[in-house]
Amino acid sequence: MDYECVIGLEVHAQLLTYSKLFCSCATTFQADPNDQTCPVCLGLPGVLPVLNRQAVELTLRTGLAMQGTVATSNRFARKNYFYPDLPKGYQISQFEEPLIEGGCLNIEIDGTTRQVCLNRIHLEEDAGKSIHGENLADPNKSYVDLNRTGVPLMEIVSAPDLRSPAEARVYLQKLKTVLEYLDVCDGNMEEGSLRCDANVSLRPVGTETLGTRTEIKNLNSFRNVQQAIAYEMERQRGVLENGASVVQETRLFDAARGVTLPMRSKEEAHDYRYFPEPDLVPLQIEPEWIERVRQSIPELPDARRQRFVSQYGLPAYDADVLVASRAMADYFEATVELFPQPKIVSNWVMGDFLRELNQAHHRPDEAPVSPTRLAELLRLIDEGTISGKIAKTVFEDMYRTGKGAGDIVAEQGLVQMSDSDALREVIEQVLAGHPEQLAAYRAGKEKLLGFFVGQTMKATQGKANPAMVNTLLRQLLQ
Amino acid sequence: MSSMRPIHVLREQLVSGTLNAVALTEAVLQHVDAVEPELNTYVTVTAEQARQQAAEAADAFARGVARSPLQGIPLAIKDNICTKGVRTTCASRILERFVPPYDATVMQRLQAAGAVMIGKANMDEFAMGSSTETSHFGATRNPWGHAEYVPGGSSGGPAAAVSAGLGAAALGSDTGGSIRQPAAMTGVVGLKPTYGRVSRFGLVAFASSLDQIGPLTQDVHDAALLLQAIAGHDPNDSTSGDVAVPDYTEVLDRGVRGLKLGVPREYFVAGMNAEVEAAVRAGIEALRQAGAELIDVSLPHTPYAVATYYILANAEASANLARYDGVRFGFRAAEPADLSDMYMRTRAEGFGAEVKRRIMLGTYALSSGYYDAYYKKAQQVRTLFRQDFQRAFADCDALLTPVSPTPAFRLGERLDDPLQMYLADIFTIPMNLAGIPALSVPCGLTTDGLPIGLQVAAPPFREDVLLQVGATFESITDFHTLKPDGLPVTCKGDGYGL
Repeated sequence: MDYECVIGLEVHAQLLTYSKLFCSCATTFQADPNDQTCPVCLGLPGVLPVLNRQAVELTLRTGLAMQGTVATSNRFARKNYFYPDLPKGYQISQFEEPLIEGGCLNIEIDGTTRQVCLNRIHLEEDAGKSIHGENLADPNKSYVDLNRTGVPLMEIVSAPDLRSPAEARVYLQKLKTVLEYLDVCDGNMEEGSLRCDANVSLRPVGTETLGTRTEIKNLNSFRNVQQAIAYEMERQRGVLENGASVVQETRLFDAARGVTLPMRSKEEAHDYRYFPEPDLVPLQIEPEWIERVRQSIPELPDARRQRFVSQYGLPAYDADVLVASRAMADYFEATVELFPQPKIVSNWVMGDFLRELNQAHHRPDEAPVSPTRLAELLRLIDEGTISGKIAKTVFEDMYRTGKGAGDIVAEQGLVQMSDSDALREVIEQVLAGHPEQLAAYRAGKEKLLGFFVGQTMKATQGKANPAMVNTLLRQLLQ
Repeated sequence: MSSMRPIHVLREQLVSGTLNAVALTEAVLQHVDAVEPELNTYVTVTAEQARQQAAEAADAFARGVARSPLQGIPLAIKDNICTKGVRTTCASRILERFVPPYDATVMQRLQAAGAVMIGKANMDEFAMGSSTETSHFGATRNPWGHAEYVPGGSSGGPAAAVSAGLGAAALGSDTGGSIRQPAAMTGVVGLKPTYGRVSRFGLVAFASSLDQIGPLTQDVHDAALLLQAIAGHDPNDSTSGDVAVPDYTEVLDRGVRGLKLGVPREYFVAGMNAEVEAAVRAGIEALRQAGAELIDVSLPHTPYAVATYYILANAEASANLARYDGVRFGFRAAEPADLSDMYMRTRAEGFGAEVKRRIMLGTYALSSGYYDAYYKKAQQVRTLFRQDFQRAFADCDALLTPVSPTPAFRLGERLDDPLQMYLADIFTIPMNLAGIPALSVPCGLTTDGLPIGLQVAAPPFREDVLLQVGATFESITDFHTLKPDGLPVTCKGDGYGL
């Protein structure tokens, strides 16, 4: 029997707020253990939460950008369970009344656009981190770091609209891009600011009823999401083809072995005993607030890609690559502003610039070559001061040293030779030095023109203006 | 020793210089030493801190800058209100050594007002009880009735301390009657403010949607002074109301002429103590004679109060008490085998029987499959209580009722009968469910010499009406001036009364 895979993703995105969801502690990554805590996020007796309105605003921005519906009155709920890194013994989350209901995200699969529906977006606090292992002061003990406790998370729950591991990956990548554009989450999966759980089930092709699902936890990279779902799909297919039933359970992805393993069964599932959080009043969202947030939504990737094509005349491929990262697209536009030849800029940004970024693990805004510097380099090429070939070396130096193109060109004497007398002299020497090739050329082997160009460039350490070399060579060879 | 008088009287003496703040605190501390072995009102006496605060107050008086009516006034603080650097136990083994690194908002306000804290007063464990017998630190005894009776609860320590002169006044907390019921049983004034009138920040939570801090005092005037100091919006408590705080002392001499006072018929039930009923009815009659118009009203859902309360309060408690897990603070069972063993033994050994009973009841009420039948239904019934009171207050300015169906009972008498114990709060719980303010004032003594209380309830944020009615009642009766008999010689008849 042919099966169809049905996938829904629950994505936790850490919001870019300065302080935690219910207290004023900072949210910076990698502080010393338990440094960023206070009586409130430690859950000491007697403390009360106070809602961070910025976190609400960022969630509103996300919900509105994805065409969700804002619940004008919604409330928080307590999710009860015991764990050492959960100080209060409950997590403040949202249950029956999430901040955002519905919404959608468009993804491109094999050149066609598909709409993935969202069930909801809600706001909740993160738990802390339990640390076990050999490199601790006492390897027989477990340690708890509560810095992350209370950090605001936005949980984005998709409908079971995804149909393949690849689609799930594309959805997650698109979601990450949109969250970056909205400036609500830094999207860093390694640091855990974007986390994903996947619900996976199979059903016979052509049927509507959903099969029994499993939930896979701990998917901390795009690759893992795709791999884990692919594994789980095959595992479930195996179970069904053997005539057995899929067991509803929570599974953990073991990235090292590429397999999913049972974590807890439905019977062992927690009863979270949700109930409305009595320490917080229902959150009222005034229409004015919604309108203000709506106005603040920046241009999103889809719109920007279209604009890149129409405004700058870029090929669709270039536009796709550039808008995949907001910082990259920003970098491109800032450079075009200073050097208005979009396709040339696009080639450089997607080529040399992206290569250097990847090697250095930099974000575009961290790169030592700013848009101003890149535009300066491109002008030097355009004006004929340096050759395109030399420019590539100059760019590498700029990235390595942080210096400007003009300084490097001056220091290393890389200015292009465009003096026709001087070039004529060099070419004459080249021709004189290669009598055999010269004779062959004159005998009709015109392909050798390239050989003489190469030799001339070599003799000038690449500084010769290639167009002039071509013209002069043709004159001298006649 | 100097006499323990109401705050407003002490204030006059302190201002005029006939009383020194240091001497006042020393006298109270001596009195505590003498009486504590018998009454056990305090879990922790903070003598050194009290002396220092008294010295600062004395200095302020000497420099003529003692502007707050609470400057130098010795107070008892219920041991579920967090005090920076002073252990806050909730009378539980699980918090026996817990020292908060922060002050509750009410404590910050009292300190700013220059008040002196004598110590942390005893209570039922986690405020769960109506007799102050479930304390890990032993029961508190009622100063009345030869120390053979309970002081009520859960604020039995604060109530007994005020009654016995071990503080000029006290702060307690009231979730289902825990200020008003012990106030009635020890012959003092107790006020439960509107939910949201006083910040809960720093009050160790029992039932978050019901808990409220309030004063226990020697008279209504003092209740006005203490409430004035602690009331008002607190940005650290999202449930505190952003409602202006009136001058509570302004209403004290207005009388009750022209006021409509409702008497709910459901609050005089078969089986209630006859002496209590007689005293409350006499008190109501006295107010009528003082000019109030009495109105017969109905609060039809009253019979469901206790059932509703024990679902909601315990459900919230089951979550609020989850943080006592032995991980970060407080008691942890010795040598746990693993995480699960640590949780189970820490909580089994750290909590008393009543607390465990309520955690289990609350957990059950929230469980999957039972939530709708219990918690959700109880929330719906809670709305009916609000509507009951709204309808009643459409016809009257305040309500008059008994506080407790019985006077204080003997120690141990109800410990093995939780249901009987829960019924002690039958007349006080509805106000918590509706979030409205209520006051308990002394209105008589039984033939056994045990105090009886009259309850006044008002619409939300109308504590001024409670104080107006209460002060009028005190002006036409002298029950609030009666003091317990049978205490050790050091305090018998010493400076009490007017």
